[in-house]
Amino acid sequence: MIAEIGHFALVLALGLALIQALVPLAGAHWRDAALMNTAGPTAHAQLAFVAISFAALTACYVMSDFSVANVFENSHSQKPLLYKITGVWGNHEGSMLLWVLILALFGSLVAAFGGNLPATLKANVLAVQSWIAAAFYLFILLTSNPFLRLDNPPFEGRDLNPILQDIGLAVHPPLLYLGYVGLSISFSFAIAALIEGKIDAAWARWVRPWTLAAWMFLTLGIAMGSYWAYYELGWGGYWFWDPVENASLMPWIAGTALLHSAVVMEKRSALKVWTVLLAILSFSLSLIGTFLVRSGVLTSVHTFASDPTRGVFILMILVLFIGGALALYAFRAPALKQGGLFAPISREGALVFNNLFLTAACASVFIGTLYPLALEGVTGDKISVGAPFFNLTFGPLFLPLLMAAPFGPLLAWKRGDLLGAAQRLMAAAGIAVVGIAVTFAVSGGGPVLAPFGVGLAVFVIAGAATDIVERTGVLRAPLAVAFARARGLPRSAYGSAVAHAGLGVTLLGIVCVSTWGTERIVSLKPGAKVEIGSYALTFEGMVTRQGGNYRELIARFTVREGDTLRGVMNPSKRTFPARSTSTTEAALLTRGVSQIYVSLGDPNDDGSIAVRVYHKPLVLLIWLGAVVMVLGGLLSLSDRRLRVGAPKPAKPARPAMQPAE
Amino acid sequence: MMLWLAIALMTGVAILAVLWPLSRRAPASAGSDIEVYRDQLDEIERDRAAGLIGVAEAEAARVEVSRRLIAAADAAGAEAAPGPDAASNANWRRRAAAIAALIVLPLVGAGFYLPLGSPDRPGQSRTDVRELSPEQRSIAELIGRVEAHLEQNPDDGRGWEVLSPVYMRLGRFQDAVKARRNVLQLLGVTADRETDLGEALAAAANGVITAESKAAFERALRLDPADVRARFFMGHAAEQDGRPNDAADMWRKLLAEAPPGAPWVGIVRESLARVDPSSPAPRGPSAEDVAAAAELAPEQRAAMVQGMVERLAERLKQDGGDVEGWLRLMRAYMVMGDKAKAQAAAADARRALAGDAEKLRRVDELMKGLGLEG
Repeated sequence: MIAEIGHFALVLALGLALIQALVPLAGAHWRDAALMNTAGPTAHAQLAFVAISFAALTACYVMSDFSVANVFENSHSQKPLLYKITGVWGNHEGSMLLWVLILALFGSLVAAFGGNLPATLKANVLAVQSWIAAAFYLFILLTSNPFLRLDNPPFEGRDLNPILQDIGLAVHPPLLYLGYVGLSISFSFAIAALIEGKIDAAWARWVRPWTLAAWMFLTLGIAMGSYWAYYELGWGGYWFWDPVENASLMPWIAGTALLHSAVVMEKRSALKVWTVLLAILSFSLSLIGTFLVRSGVLTSVHTFASDPTRGVFILMILVLFIGGALALYAFRAPALKQGGLFAPISREGALVFNNLFLTAACASVFIGTLYPLALEGVTGDKISVGAPFFNLTFGPLFLPLLMAAPFGPLLAWKRGDLLGAAQRLMAAAGIAVVGIAVTFAVSGGGPVLAPFGVGLAVFVIAGAATDIVERTGVLRAPLAVAFARARGLPRSAYGSAVAHAGLGVTLLGIVCVSTWGTERIVSLKPGAKVEIGSYALTFEGMVTRQGGNYRELIARFTVREGDTLRGVMNPSKRTFPARSTSTTEAALLTRGVSQIYVSLGDPNDDGSIAVRVYHKPLVLLIWLGAVVMVLGGLLSLSDRRLRVGAPKPAKPARPAMQPAE
Repeated sequence: MMLWLAIALMTGVAILAVLWPLSRRAPASAGSDIEVYRDQLDEIERDRAAGLIGVAEAEAARVEVSRRLIAAADAAGAEAAPGPDAASNANWRRRAAAIAALIVLPLVGAGFYLPLGSPDRPGQSRTDVRELSPEQRSIAELIGRVEAHLEQNPDDGRGWEVLSPVYMRLGRFQDAVKARRNVLQLLGVTADRETDLGEALAAAANGVITAESKAAFERALRLDPADVRARFFMGHAAEQDGRPNDAADMWRKLLAEAPPGAPWVGIVRESLARVDPSSPAPRGPSAEDVAAAAELAPEQRAAMVQGMVERLAERLKQDGGDVEGWLRLMRAYMVMGDKAKAQAAAADARRALAGDAEKLRRVDELMKGLGLEG
């Protein structure tokens, strides 16, 4: 009964989406307020029904209702409650349901908080959003229906892939989807504006908070996924240039470019054509990403053939939305008016530079990800494109970006003064040089380029600080004036400085780990010692333990630095009988922002066990940098300008609230 | 019934979500780009006052934004004058939209849900045995009863022995391992029981002869060097250790010693042919084998039901007063498609319950229900 209610709610959401896709559009065309008004309530109702549907599937998982095929295939009655719930989106069907839930959530948010938008734009945005939603409801209902039932419910489910039985699954996909799907709003704004034929500086401001929110979630989602891979996969790596990771990186890069070019559009009404294209491309890339991951195309091109309906449907959605959007763009873009002019050396110029390099970097990832697939599809040859390719393409493209990042905010609009900006960055450069020297002295040799990497990271961070120092004039003006200026500075200025600094922090982490990280692979008997960095790890022994749906072999290590005990580490191996697979649970010991990482290999007959031990200096900075970037995004999002134009809700006068005289 | 009520309710809410905004006359509050440009002008003024930008730059920016503001105001003015027929058309459009909602929503709902959904299939919670099909119910009930019994009397080795093959068939290998360990502990060690344990351990490891499993077979062979199953699995262990020649030797020896007509010869030959292609290939699978393989799951289920039912019949022979047991036995025979046995069971039941009119009436009723002759 619960499953059936969920099923019907999903069907109703499709019906509502169809109405919302057409009625507000017609309303906007005829400027009919009543028809346009339907967009809001239908968007809310759509969210309500998808939420019911999602809740129903979750309930089936929690109750282990194996009469639902999807639950039978992906759950187990003895699984801990948390993994029963996260298991809902740990499979294709359920994750698509989460996808549309978030899509409906964003639609409903635009309906609720889009009060500052012109009525026609809002109606059109919600209609376009509904086209996407309708396509996905159809996809789910016809090819990936999670509510299909079994005639003879089995007694026990097949369990969830053990690697996914981790707290990471509770956080990573929802965050990532919030990012992926959030970009759909920018897409809908772009299409709506193209339909209306009216794209101006105000549009850039309206679309900005949505893009920013999506970008923040995407940043967090990618960072979280990277950290998950780092501790769960047992290899100690944080980024593998794996196609699935690249699929999430591409929309992030495009979204970052979009955020920057939208600034130009908002300020100068320039780069309109380009910004709209980026809005379309960002979501197109996240569509492609979602499907590469979800359709199984990535593991093998041939998966398309094995499930023809799903594959064809996917292709149809991709062609319809990406092709349709680009066609509309090609049709309308030439009619857009040119915006303000600017010199090459200017804030606009710097942002164009940023956009060019980001797009090129995105293209390199795109090629590196899709070329092997295309080649395999055409010739059947399997090639693997990995870190070497990306180090040679993505790396050199990002380097100039990082070097330029501190300059951009210091340049004036229209016509900037590069020399002046360089002079103002002298202090930051000085700090960077000191950083290089100190690194050389401390590391005592090692790779020559590494200290320069540290220097660049320091430069990016110090450059971000310079921006704020310069704007507030804290070193020149009296303190009171500087304070007043600091208060008057828009939050988005702080936001961009903080986000740029976050970039530097991440870079610092990457450089340090890849240069000074050490690794030991040893076979240890109880009582044996292994030294890494300044630490000595003693293998104390192993015990086995029975978990709910797995058996666990736990090793115990004590970590000493000199004679001081620094901690105890318990890496383990888990065996899951229902899927007869095992997972490696690495143990992490955090010291400041550095970590010691221990993961178990296979036990040998003589009582010893293979162990990988890593020392990862400053590794946490990689993800902390991402968190800092998101904080920057939050600051920017809280900028009052983004809410300008929102009609103030009519409040009755309340004398009690008057300030006391 | 509840489900249809919920479906009707949800459809109603969905329709209301469309009709309600259509009924409102006032346009929703909305913003416009004019406000954005006004704010940009204010911001330029603020920046200039704070000394963030110079006077000349501020002036240039102000001119640029003002131009946008004027353009936006012009556009808004042009839009504000609606066409003459806007009002008269409005009602017609609203009605059309309302009718569309009233038709589209139920139509989409029925059109998709009826072919895809299973409204009459009951949901099932893992703990809720009552909603299982009769066939499953009998298995689940029997297992549940034995499990409950063993919970009270964990020292009943015989109970564990009965349960362990059922666990194996259900694929609950970990439980089977536990049961077989208990059997060894409670009923004593025999070669057969050690082999059973080894088999369960291997099944739990998805067919891999683990060290633990191998140890069990070795213990079995110490007790009975001729134990066929243990020798067969030791061959697998050798094969998995990367010693196919040893495996082939073991299996060849097993075949050489096989009594005529031993049922396990075929499977040993197959294994042998895998590691040693030169050995005579086993005969192709018979028609029955093919049929059995094609329907493995129902086959297994039938075998399991049969085992259960036989035990039930055994118990009823000793304790004939249990009318529920008799009714279940008759139903079970019918599910297995064995009408003759169901008929016989009914006759036995009538004999055993001869003194009790009420119980006889229930047996008669079920016989009628199942279409058995009284």
